[in-house]
Amino acid sequence: MKKVILAIGVLALCAGMAFGVGSKEAKAENKVLRIMTWSGYAPQELIDKFTAETGIAVEVTLSNNEEMISKLRATRGGGFDLVQPSQDRISSVVEQYGIYQPIDYSKLDIAQIDPSLLAAVKKNTLVGGKSYAVPHVYGTEGLVVNTAKAPGIKDFKDLLDPKYAGRVSYRLKRPTLIGMGFSHGYKPFDLYSDPVKYQAFLDDMEKLLIAGKPAVKTYWDNGDQLLQLLRSEEVWAASAWEQAGWKLHAENPNIDYIAPSSGALAWVDTFAIPSQSENVSGAYKWINFMLRPENAAFFTNRETYGTASKDAVKFLNPEIAANFTRGLPPAVLAKINWYPTVPVGIEELEGKTLDRVKASR
Amino acid sequence: MTTNRKRRIKWGFVVFFTPVFLWLLLLIVLPQLELLRLSFVGTGGSGFTLRNYLAFFKEPIYWLTFVRTASYAILVTLIVIVVALPVSFYITKIARVRASGFLMVLLLVPFWVSELIRVYGWMILLRESGVINQLLVRIGLFRQPVEMLYNDVTMIMGLVYTSMLFMVIPVIGVMEGLDDALIEAAYDLGAKKLAIWRTIIIPYCMPGIISGSIIVFMLVLGSYLTPNLMGGKNSLWFTEQIYNQIIIYFNWNQGAAFGFLLLALSSLIIWAVLRLTGQSLKKVIK
Repeated sequence: MKKVILAIGVLALCAGMAFGVGSKEAKAENKVLRIMTWSGYAPQELIDKFTAETGIAVEVTLSNNEEMISKLRATRGGGFDLVQPSQDRISSVVEQYGIYQPIDYSKLDIAQIDPSLLAAVKKNTLVGGKSYAVPHVYGTEGLVVNTAKAPGIKDFKDLLDPKYAGRVSYRLKRPTLIGMGFSHGYKPFDLYSDPVKYQAFLDDMEKLLIAGKPAVKTYWDNGDQLLQLLRSEEVWAASAWEQAGWKLHAENPNIDYIAPSSGALAWVDTFAIPSQSENVSGAYKWINFMLRPENAAFFTNRETYGTASKDAVKFLNPEIAANFTRGLPPAVLAKINWYPTVPVGIEELEGKTLDRVKASR
Repeated sequence: MTTNRKRRIKWGFVVFFTPVFLWLLLLIVLPQLELLRLSFVGTGGSGFTLRNYLAFFKEPIYWLTFVRTASYAILVTLIVIVVALPVSFYITKIARVRASGFLMVLLLVPFWVSELIRVYGWMILLRESGVINQLLVRIGLFRQPVEMLYNDVTMIMGLVYTSMLFMVIPVIGVMEGLDDALIEAAYDLGAKKLAIWRTIIIPYCMPGIISGSIIVFMLVLGSYLTPNLMGGKNSLWFTEQIYNQIIIYFNWNQGAAFGFLLLALSSLIIWAVLRLTGQSLKKVIK
């Protein structure tokens, strides 16, 4: 009997959900904005402010790059009005599945966006003469170094130095291959188009990384592990994101984020509008709202990620602003290597190289 | 009267069986079938191909990793047998009844927390700035801390620790049925301890040992956390390759093929061991 009652309960719940979806659809005409984004990218305070200003309610779904693509692929670009993929995950998806619509840049408040970031994103998301994204958030991968213990580490290739045996850590992931490549004089991104040359580059990196293995304490693969290793001073230098470096800098002034001399690697998360967005005007309003300096600064103060909003600096908390002037001054930003779109098949080649590095001894 | 009752039983059966059946079908059988289909399709999504399976045999890195994983799993299973037999013997035969209950609880308690927490516990103990190192340095045994994590010995110890219970419990189950008189008789006839273990206790416990071994072997083969966190830079485990294929390279097809190869090859190993030891699966499962 209990099961029957349970079954009825479950059915009622399902029916309720179905009705819920139905009513949501009905009121979608420009009164609701459905955003799919990363955790922390749409803070509740800003959502409330936006709703008060425009009368548009915001529904947020948290996600990541892979899920954004597969969800929009399943609905052919429907179900969401605005999403926030990384810039290197857009053009190939547009070509293959057509799930985004071109951005009408005249509807944006261009003056409040950092021009170099906007140009880079426009270039990287160019398909058939039209661009598909607006920059929102950026971050870099460089080195986090304990300068009291390992003052000599300035670039990715210094992580292979036998002098620091057992005191180094990095991720066994593609950014390490790319970063090592740049610091050894390669231009990995230019080799993307030629799989044979790229394989030769990977083989060289494989040799270097295997030879440099004695320096490695362990390959870190989650943020907590990295923080623990550096905090306990078991590891003196690691490849990592600036957020990790700044967090540790607050605890131990000897540890800080350093942009490698061959250039930090950087990603940009963007705004993109799905092809079947039901509230395009609301989406543009949200983009302009989020890039307004005071709103962008609110976000950066909380999450410590860099923003594409040009004048947000004026509204940053002093200690957050100090991080940026110390770790990512204009000279460093100018040298950054932005991730371009990854062609099909490249990740498989990289995967095999990384597996061989991990398995060797 | 009887027919009526029969019908009622049938309805009851349907009501109770449907959720189980749906659960199995929707959440286990269907996804597996989809993975099986994926494993026979190329990355482009075109037609039937064996490429994903052939890649395993063509690329040395893949099958070497599997061989390494499987041989470590066998080694861990053997160590677990050696450790678990005396423990179970003590609990069932030597300890008093109340103490044996207490010892069982001691064995079980660590398994009330998740594997992740247990592994992190070991890491806190063993790491260079960890508890054991600090203790040894303070009492002057070591001059400076030594890194005890991130090598194969530690990894095997961690795997033995996390899978011990799954050997002890089946062995205790069987050992409880062993008549003490047999052991006493052997002593009376002048048998040495080793001979008693070899000719009486181990043969009697064989079904328990074998079923425990199957569980431990499969657990170790399929474990992901312990080798990854404690093994460090040299420990490429086969499950990690499946994870990498699916999560990092988006190559579900290759990942699915590896998954089924893992299933097939580990079943093959278990079958071979059962044949070699002359045990039948039916007897062991019972």
